[in-house]
Amino acid sequence: MEKFLVKHFTLIRTLVAILIGVFITIFLIILISADGLYSLQQFFLGPFASRGRFSNIFENAAPLIICGVAIAFAFQAAQFNVGAEGSFFISAAVGTAFAVSTSMPPVLHIISILAVSALTGALWSGISGILKAKWNASELVSSLMLNYVAYFLGLYLINHHFRDKKAGYLTSAKLPSSAILPRLFSGTRFHIGIIIAVVVAILAYIVIFKTKFGYELRMSGQNVKFAKYAGINIFKIVLLSQVISGLIAGMGGVMEVMGIHHRFNWQSLPGYGWDGVIVAIIGRNHPLLIIAASFFLSYLKIGGQVLNLMSDIPSEMISVIQSIIILLITAEAFLGNWKAALNRKISTGGTL
Amino acid sequence: MNQFFGNILTPQFGYSVIRVTTPLLLPALGVAISELSGAANIALEGIMLIAAFTGVVVSAYTGSLWLAFIAGIAAGVLVGALLGFFHLRLKADIILSAIALNMFASGITIFLLFLLTGDKGSSNSLQSLIFPEFKIPLLHAIPVIGEIFSGHNLLTYLSVVAIFFYWILVKKTPLGLRIRAVGQNPHAAESVGINVNKIRLYALMLSGMFGALGGMYLSMGYVSWFSRDMTAGRGFIAIAASTLGNLTPLGIFLSSLLFGFVNAVSIYISSLNIPSEIIQSIPYVMTVLALTFFSMRKKRDTL
Repeated sequence: MEKFLVKHFTLIRTLVAILIGVFITIFLIILISADGLYSLQQFFLGPFASRGRFSNIFENAAPLIICGVAIAFAFQAAQFNVGAEGSFFISAAVGTAFAVSTSMPPVLHIISILAVSALTGALWSGISGILKAKWNASELVSSLMLNYVAYFLGLYLINHHFRDKKAGYLTSAKLPSSAILPRLFSGTRFHIGIIIAVVVAILAYIVIFKTKFGYELRMSGQNVKFAKYAGINIFKIVLLSQVISGLIAGMGGVMEVMGIHHRFNWQSLPGYGWDGVIVAIIGRNHPLLIIAASFFLSYLKIGGQVLNLMSDIPSEMISVIQSIIILLITAEAFLGNWKAALNRKISTGGTL
Repeated sequence: MNQFFGNILTPQFGYSVIRVTTPLLLPALGVAISELSGAANIALEGIMLIAAFTGVVVSAYTGSLWLAFIAGIAAGVLVGALLGFFHLRLKADIILSAIALNMFASGITIFLLFLLTGDKGSSNSLQSLIFPEFKIPLLHAIPVIGEIFSGHNLLTYLSVVAIFFYWILVKKTPLGLRIRAVGQNPHAAESVGINVNKIRLYALMLSGMFGALGGMYLSMGYVSWFSRDMTAGRGFIAIAASTLGNLTPLGIFLSSLLFGFVNAVSIYISSLNIPSEIIQSIPYVMTVLALTFFSMRKKRDTL
């Protein structure tokens, strides 16, 4: 039993952190809400209360999986490129521009839009990658700055060149029907994006854990000096990990446009890139665990939205809770005493 | 273009450069002091937000600027200490915990703002105070120079004091010496009996103090209200400014001034017929360019 607990210690710690987060949520809701029980019910059961909301969990999970996997690719190589947010946004804008100015048969159109967006994301994130690989410029700072640049450039492109002037608000022209991701269930916005996202995650899992490149990636992430001595081309790893990260995030943005809104209607950064950081941490940079983490976060977010709508508690409570969960998960020493006690018990043959 | 230079070559422009430099300079000093100790704090964005919010709320509910000032500083120092607790005690990665704290700050300020005012956007309904603006005697009377340097917010003048404070702290005090020692070689520092974690905790708390001043300037000087995510990446630009300034007081001052200048230009340039989105992206592009330039130089020097 103790051996089992020690072996799966990080997983258990993650689950405990999530549990603590859930308890704090319950506590906050009861503390603040005028009708605590009703609010609790809305928060936990609300996401399952209607077909539309249930489908929302899946719709929302898709961009989270994509951005989480994108972030994980960089984090696995210890590259703190947090540019998924910017890649997501600017690729969606460029992809939209491409979609509304070309006409092709349906499937081909979707594939080429995805390709254009992925390429945009790869190039964008590659800026931080090349600056780091070539001159050792902090990818954290450059990707943070480039997120803002991507935001303004994306807005410029849509608001000045591809704007739908007939719409009563700032938005792009509507996508042609050939560029729209098919929906799986009528009456919902549940589109095939979630399938693409899961496939991307599985591919990423294979690349990271089953290929030579993935091995080199993880090795440079864990110990760059050792990797260097082992003859790994660090320049290549540093650059590629960030390029691939942008490539994946780039698809995520345009998938939201093609699957949910059918136009580019963001006027502020939607925040999926940062959510990607969250699910990457909860999923410990493992693409398959990131799928689970994304569904969990998506469920929390829908719960928060239901709460916002049906009770007196603002949905920002969720960002407070998720940051607490992350702080606990990243804290290596959290539950460390317990682990040490378990180890002692194992070594003394359980007589402690 | 002539009109553009006509706008720039005015005392008002100089005044606004100083105005927009203040909320970059203060957090940049905060980043620098933590980086000197070897525990780089990238949570300045969050620290500024929380202090900006605390200052506004406390001043609105107590009517006392002093209490607001103290509460804001305390809030900033507390977040710095919290980061220290997670990183130093619970062995969390400092970048990831700082990212989490930034998210926490963004969420909790909006959450509490809504609970207090019923508004998620800004604190307009709160009667909060601002720090006074000072006309410096004599200096104020000098044409041009007076117009540029006089009449600023108390916290702007305090930011000048902060530069000297930083210089004295780092170069002249035992604590500063220890901070540098711990940053340069923690093992050596430990072997002469310095408690590395304690010194890093102090550095992170000091960093929170600098950040808090910058945050309060935003909500109680630059404007007179709190609005959601009002730091708008200044805490991140501060990281760049501190890096470019090579962690020295003069360097940080000059690099913050550079970012402030670009920021001010982007405000003034709107008289030209350039789309605002392009103009607003300039400071961030400049930051990337400057970061690249300095990294190139550093790399060349180390080769």
